[in-house]
Amino acid sequence: MTIDVQALIPMFVAIPLGLSLLIQLVARHRHGLAEALTILTLLLLTVMSCYAIGYSGVYHLGGWPTPVGIDMRIDALATLLLLIVSVVGLAVSLYSVDYMRRFTARSHFYSLFLLMVTGMNGVILAGDLFNLYVFLEVAAIASYSLVAFGCAHEELEASFKYIVLGSLSSALILTAVALIYGITGTLNMVHIATRIVETGRDTPLLLAFGLLIVGFSFKAALVPFHAWLPDAHPSAPAPVSAMLSGVLIKAIGIYVLARLAFNVFGIAENELSLLRWLGLVSMVAGGILAAGQKDIKRLFAYSSISQVGFMILGLGLGTPLGLIGGLYHLVNHAFFKSLLFLNAGTIEYMTGTRQLKKLGGLNSKLPVTATTSLVGSMSIAGIPPFSGFWSKLIIVLACIESGHFGFATAAVLVSIVTLAYQLKVQRMAFFAALPASLKKLQREPPMMAMAMILLATGCIALAFAVLTGLRDPWLIGAAQQVLTAGTFGG
Amino acid sequence: MNTPRKLPDEGLDMGVTVKTVTRWLKGPILLFGIYLVLYGHITPGGGFGGGVVIASAFILITLASGERASLQLFSKGVASRLDSIGLLMFLVLGWLGTGWAGSYFFSNFINTPEAAQFTLLSGGIMPIMNIALGIKVASAIFLVFTLLTAFHIVEQELEDRLCAEAHQQESNS
Repeated sequence: MTIDVQALIPMFVAIPLGLSLLIQLVARHRHGLAEALTILTLLLLTVMSCYAIGYSGVYHLGGWPTPVGIDMRIDALATLLLLIVSVVGLAVSLYSVDYMRRFTARSHFYSLFLLMVTGMNGVILAGDLFNLYVFLEVAAIASYSLVAFGCAHEELEASFKYIVLGSLSSALILTAVALIYGITGTLNMVHIATRIVETGRDTPLLLAFGLLIVGFSFKAALVPFHAWLPDAHPSAPAPVSAMLSGVLIKAIGIYVLARLAFNVFGIAENELSLLRWLGLVSMVAGGILAAGQKDIKRLFAYSSISQVGFMILGLGLGTPLGLIGGLYHLVNHAFFKSLLFLNAGTIEYMTGTRQLKKLGGLNSKLPVTATTSLVGSMSIAGIPPFSGFWSKLIIVLACIESGHFGFATAAVLVSIVTLAYQLKVQRMAFFAALPASLKKLQREPPMMAMAMILLATGCIALAFAVLTGLRDPWLIGAAQQVLTAGTFGG
Repeated sequence: MNTPRKLPDEGLDMGVTVKTVTRWLKGPILLFGIYLVLYGHITPGGGFGGGVVIASAFILITLASGERASLQLFSKGVASRLDSIGLLMFLVLGWLGTGWAGSYFFSNFINTPEAAQFTLLSGGIMPIMNIALGIKVASAIFLVFTLLTAFHIVEQELEDRLCAEAHQQESNS
């Protein structure tokens, strides 16, 4: 039986939403069922996104034609993001089975988790700005609740900060959407792009674009809009941290920024330069701040800011090579950062602390965590056979190719800083002498180990992606072609 | 000992005038909300607006007679389940439209005769969608309201406990 990919497009949103509601109805007190349903949903979404590779098209909800009804669009870039959301989501849901045991009301966790996946899939597939905004809020509000899930003082404070800054950025985005609607008379992204090509970009439209860049820079946590991330990401339960840092900032931040800049507004050289500088500042500031952290999850959170800088630098180059580098790094980062957050979560789960000073010698006690964490650390630091090396190399080469030697030097230097703080984590947590308090530590639970191994395997497999040349129109290459193709209307 | 738990809203309700007027008004408000939901596809209004009006009836009861009175009529558990059921109904309606060739998610699969236009039973799946949305919005808005007021209860309980502890210490010393 063949299934029409076209018919699958709305299901990426409808299935996780339906299951999230179903869990509330039938599995409110049956946590095992809630876990099973979540894992099965993510597994199904993974299969569906693999099935959708190579397909692009528009889905008209209810059969209504474009200006009247709601459109959902899928193309190579969207498929790439869907794939990341599903695979990382699957690993995270496997991990949650053991990790979430110490929390009450676990079924609420799984409902909110699926709601966040719904929101992200909706943002990725939305064909018009307003639906994009609505799904953005679905994902954001679910993530506010998930950050506060433990209900401890630190979590509530982080969540409150996240809500305030998140709402501010959403307000900016909504203002921009309203402005764009007022100027172009449409919310459909293809129509907006066509209007912009026809009439050119006047000052109000540039203001709207500026508001969108700022709003989505908040969501992507670019310096100087990053203040919420170092609180929100470490305070959340580990699976949520992994999902937020690994996927959410990309799906509702970088992806939308790239989509709007390249496909809707048609980015000009000075705006590319703005992106490059934003990327550079995030890269450097995030890296330096990460190096000084003593809390392992906080260190990884700052590291996320730094790595997002790499991606934006790659995208900001605007050349095919730069875009490939940025997108490749985006995929790699989704895998190794979620892996590292799961590692940090395991350490916290087993030892009860996140402070690097109180840890040590864990490679004898937690072998799976130690090994997978080494894979993650070496990948993010850019050590040659691992995936992070290739994506950073491509970004540096792209900088040199387009004549930005300063940016290339900065990228190399920040890479060295990354290596430094990752080695610090490795040494202090896994290689130093085992403190007496941790002598009786047990092995990590099997489901947690399985999730970490899944992500580590993904990290290693991604390194082989470079052998395909990446330029071939498959996944990353095809996603790059979507961005290079210019505006929808042009 | 099995004494009933003292609810903090006891003795905090409004006066007789407000309570009496609320008792008269809650029926018409509910009826108006249901009317807005059912006639949503042919007159201004709809599932969202009607749902908000229905929720406002329960909110009015809470404000006038205290939380216990409204929770007896519409408990949190029921509201929370209806919230999920409403949205699930909406989603299932969308799914039902996808069964055959050339159909789309959220296709309007119920054909109503042209003669029935502008009557209650017209518009295909629209009235059912309005009902689903009405259930969802009414219970969600009421839930949001009760959950936000619940913070007072926690505060009040904390205060009561601290007072009791202080008394305990005083009597000990």
